[in-house]
Amino acid sequence: MLSAHGLGCIRGERKLFAGLDLQVGPGECLHVRGENGVGKTSLLRMLAGLSAPAEGEIHWRGRPIGDVADEYHQDLLFLGHHDAVKQDLTGMENLLFAARLDGAPLPADQALAALGRLGLRGREDLPVRCLSAGQKRRVALARLLTRKAVLWVLDEPFTALDAGAVEVLSSLIATHLADGGLAVLTSHQAIPIDQVRALQL
Amino acid sequence: MNALVAIIRRDLLLAMRRKSEVLSALFFFVIVTSLFPLGIGAEPALLHKIAPGVIWVAALLSTMLGLQRMFAADHADGTLEQLALSPEPLGLLVSGKIVAHWLVCGLPLVLLAPVMGLQFNLGTGDLGILMLALLLGTPVLSLVGAIGAALTLGVRGGGVLLSLLVLPLYVPTLIFGAGAVYAQGSGQDAGGHLSLLGALLALAMFFAPWATTAAIRIAIE
Repeated sequence: MLSAHGLGCIRGERKLFAGLDLQVGPGECLHVRGENGVGKTSLLRMLAGLSAPAEGEIHWRGRPIGDVADEYHQDLLFLGHHDAVKQDLTGMENLLFAARLDGAPLPADQALAALGRLGLRGREDLPVRCLSAGQKRRVALARLLTRKAVLWVLDEPFTALDAGAVEVLSSLIATHLADGGLAVLTSHQAIPIDQVRALQL
Repeated sequence: MNALVAIIRRDLLLAMRRKSEVLSALFFFVIVTSLFPLGIGAEPALLHKIAPGVIWVAALLSTMLGLQRMFAADHADGTLEQLALSPEPLGLLVSGKIVAHWLVCGLPLVLLAPVMGLQFNLGTGDLGILMLALLLGTPVLSLVGAIGAALTLGVRGGGVLLSLLVLPLYVPTLIFGAGAVYAQGSGQDAGGHLSLLGALLALAMFFAPWATTAAIRIAIE
């Protein structure tokens, strides 16, 4: 469903990669691997439609993502390097506002359940500024549960997470794939999921 | 439409949690406008003459103080990327942020201006026109400022660049805003100036969100 043909990326004067083809179908997870600075994040940002590829095309359900931007944004959930979590709001407020800005208001009990699932029970009403880096990451990851997206594009989702949270996140991804979802992610650690395909940059 | 209300409410809530940033811009306005009568001394006729200019310039500079924050925090923590990827149109969300900026930085100036105007020996009629002119003019300042704030996103030393970029664009608002109060004070009709301010507002409402959205897309690329 998500496919890219002949992708090329240029950062400044340097060519990071060129002629990259990839294809991800329902129930598949693409694990983008490679050394630091090889262009993993750039690739993910291109796939999300945040930056235009220097060459090549990206298609969603067979059509260029630029042509179906509305539909694509509906289907896509992108979590980047930055958590997009507001320090001055509580975890609960962050999640509720994020949902409403996506045009899909969320009942409070669902938000509460999502935060609970990620091990933040009892900390929903603390400003995020009072949480640790890993807990802040969990607040951002709670959107995986509340936002109904088909395609997950996750940049280093396992960073700063403890062993328990890594397990929860892995099971979330596995469930998502089992439901016919797609995922593209970067990570320096092995991902404990069966349906993962690796892409070495 | 829900998303528009949501982003305004979110930005107001964030402003409430960081009161010092909002209040410092307001205090700046109050202090600058209070320094002039103290420095010039008790000369009612002179104070009355300079009042519109001083109050408008203070309003301009005070709005500038809050401009840089309009998108910078959202840019730094990745929220801007999420807004760009939201199923809701980015232009709508950007408009919401501009409205929130005006509610926090512009509207209080409109409400404070009559109090400040009393120090300058302005009459009731003058104060009414001053408020009306600010009510029409301060949204223009937020709208035009938003373009500058978006263009200087991620630029090192963007604050100075932002001032250089935006202040010249504020000139028409300053001229017609202060002009309205001058006209009223010298017994002429302020209607013409106010109509032009209204026209500026209509123009800015149409173009500024569009230009700001384009600038933000470039900034997050």
